[in-house]
This record gives sequence, C-alpha cells and structure tokens, in this order.
Amino acid sequence: MSRKTMLRLGGALISVLTVGGVIVMLLPYFWMVSSSIKTGIEVFDLPIKWIPDEIQWVNYPNALTKGAFGVYFYNSFVVAFAVMAGNLVFCTLAGYGLAKFRFPHRELCFRLILSTLMLPLEIVLVPTFLVVRELGLVNTYGGLIAPLAVDAFGVFLMRQSIRDIPDSLIEAARMDGCSEFGIFWRIILPNCKPALGALALLAFRDNWDQFLWPFIVATTDDLKTFPLGLAQMEGIDSAAYHEIMALAVLGMIPAAFIFLFFQRAFVRGITLTGLKE
Amino acid sequence: MGEVLLEDLTKDFGEVVAVKEVNLMIHDGEFVVLLGPSGCGKTTTLRMIAGLEEITSGRILLDERVLNDVHPRDRDIAMVFQNYALYPHMSVYKNMAFGLKMRKVAKDEIDRKVKSAAGILGIETLLGRYPGKLSGGQRQRVALGRAIVRDPRVFLFDEPLSNLDAKLRVQTRVELLKLHQHLAATSIYVTHDQVEAMTMGDRIVVMHEGVIQQVGPPMEVYQNPANQFVAGFIGSPSMNFLPATVRFEAGRTFLEGAGFRIPLPAERASGLQGREGGEVVFGIRPEDMRLGSEGEIEGAVEIIEPVGSDIFLDLNVGGASLTARVESSVRMSQGEHVRLHADPARVHAFDPETGETLV
Repeated sequence: MSRKTMLRLGGALISVLTVGGVIVMLLPYFWMVSSSIKTGIEVFDLPIKWIPDEIQWVNYPNALTKGAFGVYFYNSFVVAFAVMAGNLVFCTLAGYGLAKFRFPHRELCFRLILSTLMLPLEIVLVPTFLVVRELGLVNTYGGLIAPLAVDAFGVFLMRQSIRDIPDSLIEAARMDGCSEFGIFWRIILPNCKPALGALALLAFRDNWDQFLWPFIVATTDDLKTFPLGLAQMEGIDSAAYHEIMALAVLGMIPAAFIFLFFQRAFVRGITLTGLKE
Repeated sequence: MGEVLLEDLTKDFGEVVAVKEVNLMIHDGEFVVLLGPSGCGKTTTLRMIAGLEEITSGRILLDERVLNDVHPRDRDIAMVFQNYALYPHMSVYKNMAFGLKMRKVAKDEIDRKVKSAAGILGIETLLGRYPGKLSGGQRQRVALGRAIVRDPRVFLFDEPLSNLDAKLRVQTRVELLKLHQHLAATSIYVTHDQVEAMTMGDRIVVMHEGVIQQVGPPMEVYQNPANQFVAGFIGSPSMNFLPATVRFEAGRTFLEGAGFRIPLPAERASGLQGREGGEVVFGIRPEDMRLGSEGEIEGAVEIIEPVGSDIFLDLNVGGASLTARVESSVRMSQGEHVRLHADPARVHAFDPETGETLV
C-alpha cells in the first residue's frame, strides 16, 4: 500500500470515528427532544419512534404548570451567575497571587489548594453544611452561593494562565505608574481572557446543573433551583417522562446560550494570545 | 538633572551574593554601559536602580535624593526591557500613552507627547497597530517611545538589542546613540556584548561575579585592563594568554615561555620587580603583533580565517594556542612556521593567582 493511500485511509478512519463520536454525544439530546414532543405512552414505544406522528407541543405549557418553574429558573440563574462571578473574581485574584507574588510557602499554599480537588463532594458536604448552618445561611441565596464561589480548579486554571504572562509586563506597568490593583485590572485580566472565558463557561454550566448542594441547603420551595424542580417532578408524576423531558429541554437552553456566547469569546481570546511576544 | 550615585550597593538572594558593594557615580547626561558575562550582577544592579529589586544594603541616590524606599513609579526613571514588555492588548499609541495616563497627564498633552516621540522614532504610521503585528525592530522603537514620552531623568536599558538580528542590531545601535545625543539624558545600559559596550558607552563598567572590575572610557579599558578578566572579556577575538617566566638579563626584562621571548621596555617593567624567575601570564591582543623574520614569537599556522578586511591566524606556540591578526594581503599555508613581532608598548602581564595587571 502506498503512503498516499495509507494517509487517505487514515483520514477516512478519523472521519468515521469523529462522526461516530458526534452521534454518540448527540443521541441522548435528540432522544430528550424527541421524547418531549411525544405523548406519555409513545415515550415507552419500542422500537423507538424518533419523530412522533403528531407533535405534542402542549407538553411544554403543561409541564410548566406542575411546579413553580419560573421561580426555579430564576433561582438557578441567580445562583449560577453569582457563582460564576465569584469564581471569576476570587480564582483570578488567587491565581494572580500564586503566579506572580513571592511569599513564604507559596508552593505549599498552591498544593494545599490543589489537594482539595482530590476530595469528593460527599466528604466535604457535611462539614460545609455545618459551617453554612452555623453562619445562619441555610435556606438563603448566600448559603447556595458562598461555598461554591471559589473553586480549586478555577484557581489552578487562572494561575497557569497568569504564569504565562511575562513578569516584565507587570514591571513595566509598575514603572509606568500603575497601582497594584491597576496592574491586575489593566494588564493581567485583559491578557488572560481565554482562561477567563473558559472559567466562566465551566462555572456557569456546573452550577446551572448543580443538584446535590442546593438539595441539601435549600428546603423551601421559593429557593429551589431548576434541577431540584425537575427531580421533584418525578415524585409528582413518575410516568410523565414526556413532560419531564420538555422541562429538561427548557433547562438546557440557558447553558447552551452561555456556551455559544463564550465560545466566541474563546476565539477572540485565543486570537489575542497570538499577539503575545 | 540626572546624576545617579550607587553607594556600597549589595544584593543577595539567600546565600548567593548577586551584587557586592558596588560604588559608582554616573554623571548627568552620561551614557554608561554595565558590561559582563551573564550572572555578573549587571541586570540586578539595573533592576535595583529601577526599583524592581529590593536592595540588601547600600544606597542609590538620584540627584542627591535617596531612592531606596521610593516606589518605581515615583523615581522618574524609565526602562526599556529586554523583551520590550509591550502590552499586547494595547495599540502602539496606548502603549506609549499608558505611563502618562497613569500619571493623569491631560489628554491633549499626552497626544502631543506621543506624536512627538513617534516622530523622533519614525513610527507615526504604526500608532494604530498592535504589538503582535510589529517586527522586532518596530517593537524596539515602540519600547523606546514608551520610555521617551515620560521624559525621565534616567533611561535604563536592559540588553535592548539582544533580540534583534545582527544587521538590525548594528543599525539600531547607531540610532540609539543619535537618540542619546538628541535627548542628552542620563542612560544606563546593560549588555553582555562588548562591541555594543565599546561603541556606545561614554564609560564602561565591567562586572564579574557581582563586583566591579574596572570603570573607564572604552579605549582606556581596552588598552589598560585592570586585570586578566577584563583583558580577556573585552576585545574580539580576545586577548591571547600564555604562561611565561620573568627573566632579568643584562639590565633588561624578558617574558619567556615556550616559543617566545619578549623584551620589555624599562619603563613598563617596574611591575615585575622582585619577580625574577616567577610565573606570570603573558597577554597580547591579536592586532598587537606583526609578521617579521626577527619576531620574538615563533609558531606554526594551524588555522587561517580570512574575514575580508583581515586574516586571523591561529598558531600553535609551544603547544599553546595564539591568535594573530594580519593583513589580508598576506599569503599563508597551513603548517607554515612564522615569526611574529609583539608591540612592546602593548604587551601585558598578569599575576597568575590574582589576575591583577602587572604590566
């Protein structure tokens, strides 16, 4: 077999694998959308009928009447947005400190922060809850947001990104008369846009979907987030998968929007990185 | 004004002493070059003057004001960094205006200063561009422009030409000198390139292992090096060093070694008194020898390097290697035995232990 044929075959194989991967990734979403426009009985039909004979748009308004989903949506938004903002502020500040300032036991600090990544949520859940309870934050937005507002992975991500910014930029700004906060604001932040975009995206998506922590800390209906509302649907009507799926589709929309928005920011950010020395 | 005084300036990083008791006076308007191999403390000294590095002990004064605890922004000193340190997310105009903006200078004043500096440097057409879209030479100019607009009392340069290619480096060197003549501001320039130092400095400060070895005008340092380190560091190809023994015969002094016997004029031999039979290091620059059948140095030609204007001959003299510069018209062949005559006024001798200059 000639080299050219081998290359062509290799390319074809990669294409096939990629298409296969895309199908595997998209199938659950397609199934979700498809189920959301079927009747309750059609959902369980075998073989699966991907496109129903009659599209049941009515599932959407019907599902929304089964709980205070407007409130849940709002709560999810507030929590995901606040956690994202907290992560952007605190992880970047911590990352800047760990990347660019010399202080005793800097590496140890960084390792300790990193080591918290190895602790599964289940281990820190109870102590975190006890702290939040002591602070009187159970059943408040503060309780939902504060424990998640800074994250070890975010600190790691920002530290790595800021480390790549040459020290001389900071020194030049210092000599140019920039204050220390000014350096952070005017020099560091604009030069780690790709990482900021990635962090914002990850933080929003993780917390939009967050189930376990809100489940523990928010017990009143007016503080429930969307995933809690969705889970509660099963309790109300465990057979109503068509409506649950309709809600799931609605719940996916904000995260998808945020992703599309930040994906563009990614590209801009990456173009900027190309301008570095 | 811009008179800089370094008093017993010392910097250590834990156990390592980077700069040791440096004393130096830099006059207003002077162009001083700190020269030395990497790790000699020249950049650390510059960074201490800039305020980017804390001082372990000693003082830095600018026009009699002690700078030790003055923030870098309040020192009235501008610096051109080795990698230029241009802000990648700002246009050339904004890069140059940044320092003035931070100092709350009026907008139209900033505009006037930036455009004037851009005019001096010939970068008016680049003002709207981003650093990533500039060539190395253009970035260099922008970095200079950023320093100029501030109209500082002292300019610091940290190896600003080291990232340019050879041709551009020579060109920029000349432009920097013209700029210095135009601005007449005190400039402290760090480099490891001795050609840069020789051509640019009013005075050269040669540093080694954190200690100043010699301070003086370039030609003086070149011709009368304070020690073997300076002698070897300045000059390209560098000075030849051969082990020699001091001999006094019939009232004359000779430096003698395998393949050579150099008579020294009486007025230059005083440094060798009391060293009869002692070991010294004989030093001679490649250009301070000429071919001649009566020459005191004898060697075999090993390598012939024509560089256009001259030819460098690598000779084997008594087992040691010696480089001589001869005229380009000279015809030689490998293995040929030649004799060289050393200019007695240019012969050097160093103490083999301390490296101190004896002759």
